[in-house]
Amino acid sequence: MDKMKLVLVGNGMAGMRTLEELLRIAPELYEITVIGAEPHPNYNRILLSPVLAGEQTLDEIVLNPLQWYAEHGIRLVTGSPVVRIDRARRCVETADGARADYDRLLLATGSDPFILPVPGAELPGVVGFRDIADVEAMIDASDRYRHAVVIGGGLLGLEAANGLKLRGMEVTVVHLAPWLMERQLDEPAARLLQQNLEAKGLRFLLQRQTAALLPSPSPAGGGGVGERVSVASGIPSPPALHAREGPLPLAGEGSEPRVGAVRFTDGSEVPADLVVMAVGIRPNVALAESAGLHCNRGVVVNDTLQTYDPRIYAVGECASHRGVAYGLVAPLFEQARVAANHLALQGFKRYAGSVTSTKLKVTGIDLYSAGDFTGGEGSEAIVYSDPIAGVYKKLVVKDDRLVGACLYGDTLEGTWYFELLRDGTSIRDFRDKLLFGRHHLGDSGHGDEKARLAALPDATEICGCNGVKKGDIVRAIREQRLFTLDEVRAHTKASASCGSCTGLVEGLLAMTAGGDYSEAPSKKPVCACTEHSHDEVRRAIREQGLKALPDAMRFLEWKTPDGCNKCRPALNYYLLCAWPNEYQDDAQSRYINERAHGNIQKDGSFSVVPRMWGGLTNPKELRAIADVAEKFGVPEVKVTGGQRIDLFGVKKEDLPAVWRDLSEAGFVSGHAYGKALRTVKTCVGARWCRFGTRDSTGLGVKLERMTWGSWMPHKYKLAVSGCPRNCAEATIKDFGVVCVDSGYELHVGGNGGIKVRVTDLLAKVDTEEEVLEYCAAFTQLYREEARYLERSAPWIERVGLSYVKARILADAEGRRALAERFRASQQTAQVDPWKARADGAETHEFTPMLTLA
Amino acid sequence: MNAMNDAWLQVGRLEDIPRQGARVIATAEGAIAVFRTVDDEVFALRDRCPHKGGPLSQGIVHGKRVACPLHDWKIALDTGLAAAPDAGCAARYPVRVEDGVVRLRLVPDEGCPGGHGESP
Repeated sequence: MDKMKLVLVGNGMAGMRTLEELLRIAPELYEITVIGAEPHPNYNRILLSPVLAGEQTLDEIVLNPLQWYAEHGIRLVTGSPVVRIDRARRCVETADGARADYDRLLLATGSDPFILPVPGAELPGVVGFRDIADVEAMIDASDRYRHAVVIGGGLLGLEAANGLKLRGMEVTVVHLAPWLMERQLDEPAARLLQQNLEAKGLRFLLQRQTAALLPSPSPAGGGGVGERVSVASGIPSPPALHAREGPLPLAGEGSEPRVGAVRFTDGSEVPADLVVMAVGIRPNVALAESAGLHCNRGVVVNDTLQTYDPRIYAVGECASHRGVAYGLVAPLFEQARVAANHLALQGFKRYAGSVTSTKLKVTGIDLYSAGDFTGGEGSEAIVYSDPIAGVYKKLVVKDDRLVGACLYGDTLEGTWYFELLRDGTSIRDFRDKLLFGRHHLGDSGHGDEKARLAALPDATEICGCNGVKKGDIVRAIREQRLFTLDEVRAHTKASASCGSCTGLVEGLLAMTAGGDYSEAPSKKPVCACTEHSHDEVRRAIREQGLKALPDAMRFLEWKTPDGCNKCRPALNYYLLCAWPNEYQDDAQSRYINERAHGNIQKDGSFSVVPRMWGGLTNPKELRAIADVAEKFGVPEVKVTGGQRIDLFGVKKEDLPAVWRDLSEAGFVSGHAYGKALRTVKTCVGARWCRFGTRDSTGLGVKLERMTWGSWMPHKYKLAVSGCPRNCAEATIKDFGVVCVDSGYELHVGGNGGIKVRVTDLLAKVDTEEEVLEYCAAFTQLYREEARYLERSAPWIERVGLSYVKARILADAEGRRALAERFRASQQTAQVDPWKARADGAETHEFTPMLTLA
Repeated sequence: MNAMNDAWLQVGRLEDIPRQGARVIATAEGAIAVFRTVDDEVFALRDRCPHKGGPLSQGIVHGKRVACPLHDWKIALDTGLAAAPDAGCAARYPVRVEDGVVRLRLVPDEGCPGGHGESP
């Protein structure tokens, strides 16, 4: 059967991204033709600014080299625009007369710079800032002329002005509004920006309206007067207002004179050998309109990016979705994913619009803006201003939600604010800390909140786990043309292990790739095997009564036959948590540590940590451990951070025998290897300590007896301190108890490690029974609602302490029900896996299939 | 290399290997991992990840891949090659299943760059 034919009109980022997505999910479905008006393969338009500034070359910004089209069997037609769509015959025609038939047509015609309709706008030397040709014209002008005027003090205009200045021109920015970037910045931030740019040598003329562009006085000997009159008809012939300092325009550049000055409505003028119009863009809809497609400031599309002709889709800057035509790249890529999904005949994705953010790509200037920063009725502004240091931050809050952010000088937290804004997270619980950021600066080793990502030297280690330096990441992003966090992870391993440097890597991606399209979508699929998020998967398991892993994958239309090593452990946990007494655990969907009940070490041996209740032990236990260590030649014995003893270097085949000996001495597994209850750390307590208020050790033992054996979304640690001196460090545990004279303080959501987080105080209770009930309830809430591999600290930050309090404190009945569910699930969980294996379970796991001498 | 190594050696039965799992054949030259996929296809690779020598037999098997337990490299079971952008190769061993009996040859296939495929 012949393949269907797909024609893409517009060889730019949005259209090509759609094709890439399409080829990924349905590589064989279409015979594809791409027609582009520009004579280039697809390039990264966002990076035209760095090219103009001389920081990157044109070659470096090509996204899909010609070879890519060939490799994917795509017919590419460049240098000739499509001039006609024949919807009846389903074909398109280019200016050269070439034709292409389609079954599906994708319009990605982008936008055109808006050229002010003033006299002289068509003079040579007047350009937009849109494509490679514009940049080439600007670079060419910078070699030969002196005065540049940029009309428009928005994002694009400032980037153009900066680039031209770096190329040695005298640049004046003309802006109609009272301050720069008025759609992204408020006045104080814009003033800081202006000062900063003035220090770089740019000149600004604000609140000036352009009346006309005047041709330059005729070049010596040139016959340009006649032309000048004809092009500038209606304008009095300009006197020689200013002495030219730069070289004269070269003769032979066409018969028309070049632009020479800009005149404003107040009658004043400035010299201009080059005028860049950067006052806005207009969706390019001429082709669609001529084909009779409904357009309204863009080609109107529905939530599937389909136009009024069902065979024709539109994405990118030319498309108008729910009345909005987006000019930033992140929304275009979201559209691309949805359009590709429908072109691939999968048909289940919807585009619901985007929240956008802006970053100015001028080296040395940190500026970030997102959402509605002006506020308005019912909103409140939180402002930080330090004019000397050049830092200004304004956050706009409405109904406990962040609705806008405007940052200048310190934009490190921009991505965090954007997430809060887009996800509509309640900020009630950390409103007082909001302005100071998440301190999301990698692991604690370099958690200096003052550090500036952009200023970090290339040799700075970003990913401490894998030793990846800033320079490595930036180079990979540039050379491998990476767009997403996942791509950076795959290529550099940065952020691929513990994930604590994710914020930094995202920042580098935004900084290097120039846009903000690295931002993770608000709904994160569990992994590449599915479109569904963790929460959706859990809900389906519960509501649909899915009780086996293959059933869950089938029902949720998993894209791979048996998942991967990301989703299977997650699904296994969710099923186990939902159906504690029915679900048959799937060993093959567990990471090796949980399958072999020990911690795998770098040489393939395992470590063994027997459980010591509350950290208490005795001579008999210690003797048994010593005997095991000697009998099996354990190379190293160490005390762990959680007050237990760790035997390192045990061979896998020895594990069952080691466990048999330990089991006979009364030990059970310490679960030091699992996403499970690890240890309950305790201090000495009232029995011995002169400061102790209560029996912290005894309470620790009770808590450990209650909670051991439970599987969790992530590792889970408890501690009990006998007085506020807190020797057991209970305030950096998932659940910590601090005994005080009047009762027990219950602390939750702490952890040491990657990013230290001190607990939040959940409640104060009077009795040990209450401690046990609250602990069981809190633990079960975490088990039921946190996402797999989400520790209690980020979970609480995500759902909010108020939510947890509402479930545990305010709702006594709910608390008791949670505690009861925990205890019920513990009935089947508290079976010692070590003893079971010592007695012969899962033998195949620990013995070779065959041993050849 | 003796003549025995060229022969198809009977190493066990298909059901000895857990589905979506692996078993190890211990040899004097090091371990060989024998994998069984969800579709009961069987593959054999040298039990050393080309990255840092992690035991591939201990990884999670999914599709025709195994994820190394140490640093999560994905190794294709049918080729022994690491999934891009990682580069490296674990040597393949010829393996076949007949009437539920798994047979293996102890001489690795050609095709892994650098013999046993250790990356430098």
